[in-house]
Amino acid sequence: MTEAVITVENLTMAYGDFLIQRDLNFTVNRGDIFVVMGGSGCGKSTLLMHLIGLQTPAKGSIFYGEQDFWRANARQREQIMRRVGVLFQSGALLSSMTLAENIALPLMEFTLLTSRQIAKMVSYKLALVGLAGFEDYYPSEISGGMQKRAGLARAMALDPEILYFDEPSAGLDPISAKLLDDLIKGLRDSLGATVVMVTHELASIFAIGTNSIFLDPETKTAIAAGPPRQMLAESSDERVIRFLTRDNPKAELPPLEAIS
Amino acid sequence: MTPPTWLATPNGENCLNLSFSGDWCLESIALMDLSALLAELNERSGAQSVVLDGRELGRWDSAFMTFLLDFKQGCAAHHATLDISGMPSGVRSLLDLASAVPEREGARRTASRSVWLAEVGETARKLWADGLFLTRFLGETTLAGFALIVGKARYRRVDLWLQIQECGPSAVPIVTLISLLVGLILAFVGAVQLAMFGAQLYIADLVALGMTREMGALMTAIIMAGRSGAAFAAQIGTMNVNMEISALRVMGFAPMEFLVLPRMLALILVMPFLCLYSDLLGIIGGGLVSVAFFDIPVTQFMHRTAESVHLTDFFIGVFKCALFGVLIALAGCMRGLQCGRSASAVGDAATSAVVTSIVFIVVADSIVTLVCDRLGI
Ligand SMILES: Nc1ncnc2c1ncn2[C@@H]1O[C@H](COP(=O)(O)OP(=O)(O)OP(=O)(O)O)[C@@H](O)[C@H]1O
Ligand SMILES: [Mg+2]
Repeated sequence: MTEAVITVENLTMAYGDFLIQRDLNFTVNRGDIFVVMGGSGCGKSTLLMHLIGLQTPAKGSIFYGEQDFWRANARQREQIMRRVGVLFQSGALLSSMTLAENIALPLMEFTLLTSRQIAKMVSYKLALVGLAGFEDYYPSEISGGMQKRAGLARAMALDPEILYFDEPSAGLDPISAKLLDDLIKGLRDSLGATVVMVTHELASIFAIGTNSIFLDPETKTAIAAGPPRQMLAESSDERVIRFLTRDNPKAELPPLEAIS
Repeated sequence: MTPPTWLATPNGENCLNLSFSGDWCLESIALMDLSALLAELNERSGAQSVVLDGRELGRWDSAFMTFLLDFKQGCAAHHATLDISGMPSGVRSLLDLASAVPEREGARRTASRSVWLAEVGETARKLWADGLFLTRFLGETTLAGFALIVGKARYRRVDLWLQIQECGPSAVPIVTLISLLVGLILAFVGAVQLAMFGAQLYIADLVALGMTREMGALMTAIIMAGRSGAAFAAQIGTMNVNMEISALRVMGFAPMEFLVLPRMLALILVMPFLCLYSDLLGIIGGGLVSVAFFDIPVTQFMHRTAESVHLTDFFIGVFKCALFGVLIALAGCMRGLQCGRSASAVGDAATSAVVTSIVFIVVADSIVTLVCDRLGI
């Protein structure tokens, strides 16, 4: 049973006259871990901005379920966004608040939990991303990779149905990156969350990605789509193959069991 | 270090051999005029192919690479092929790397020379956009105000307290100093004139009325514009740079309610008290001058002050100051939200917040004074 959670139709994105990507079409189904890949600067973060309503499409539409996001009114959009958690590429933690306050912010506003319960919840979320004990640190007092993980904890605060991650494993060591993959997979399996993530981490693309799209900066459109393994096996496009094999087409793909 | 030299020898009909020797480093190349060299090379290489020879090449670094890249472009322009197989392998691989990713189409920005008319137009367009932004900002602030009244505004109470702390008690020392001195100045300037008529006693009237109706509110507002207005713009601007505002939006917090409301409320609550405090200190300053320099007894000064000032005067001052508070918060938050995404943009936002606040304050003050005059209060 597949149920479309996000449907993108003919999406064209531009900053003023500078075209970023055009005519994107894809569907994200419930329970997918949807990977957006492509070379640096091809517009992956821009695509996320469009999906979460921070930038208006130059053309085309984005549907959440049956609802056209950019035709919905403010209240409906807020309703949609309530089901969404976002990790920005830069983390984007509120720098004037401690990690605990950052994560507690949506909990305090949108749930009826008491402050004791919220504190417990915050500790749990921080522990999930390996930051137990850092409640009272300010974002400026922790490293870049830790900020990324704290941002992840904030994105998960309300157990959203849809999670957007912009390069969650950038700046993480291999072990933390592996734990993160497990966490994302766990979120999907336990909460039934749908994940859309931008990543360059080949290991995690193949380990947890169930569907994907490949954006190309030169032709400014998607040149491949589908489950990553299938994409590698079936694509005849040299750019896709080079990307998925780190420019080393003869290298063997690690067996599935070894990484997952 | 051996100086960099090059030798061009024609090889057959349309081939040019070019050999480099010596050290081609940042320090040594700085002494050479590369453009002349390039021009000469370009001229000579009417040849179809150029073969580079780097066997004699000593030390080399990025300076040599930029030279080679320029040369390569020159060759491409003359449709001559460039053979770099005679160069050290490091040079070859760096050259390949530099051209591995071709320039993105449409990405390079060309600086166009601007005509004055275009610049005037551009400025006008910016002003217009600014006006539109202000109008929208005012509308959104009003909506946020309504949301606050019906208790639906989403902001943290803690933030309000923090802002009150920041805007109020922390500003007391500077308000003290400035108000006391303004009182002194008012008294001195006034007394010199009044002494000509032997009417020094009326210094008290001048200082008391001047401070309560005008100077107390104005001075407090200008201090707060410099302190809080600039701080608001810088805080919100930095949040914009860090994508914090986008994050807030996505989480369902409107920046108007979450960031602007607490700041505006804090100023509205704090400014009247600062204004009263400033009035009081100004009068004390005036009193000091009168008593110390013009031999007016303390009791008499106090008596005259009480005679001349009415409660309405205080009210007008306090009302104006609260109004200025709103304007400062508006200007500061607006400039912060408009801020671009760079460090210098944050600086510009802070500067422009202060300028905008002061313009707003003075214009509003003139209007209120005019209205009061017409109404006879
Ligand atoms: N605010 C902006 N104004 C104008 N152009 C922008 C802006 N933000 C990004 N761009 C352009 O959009 C293009 C895509 O940027 P984006 O951040 O989406 O890339 P990305 O695919 O996420 O890259 P990376 O993998 O490095 O994060 C870039 O070429 C950039 O020049
Ligand atoms: Mg990005």
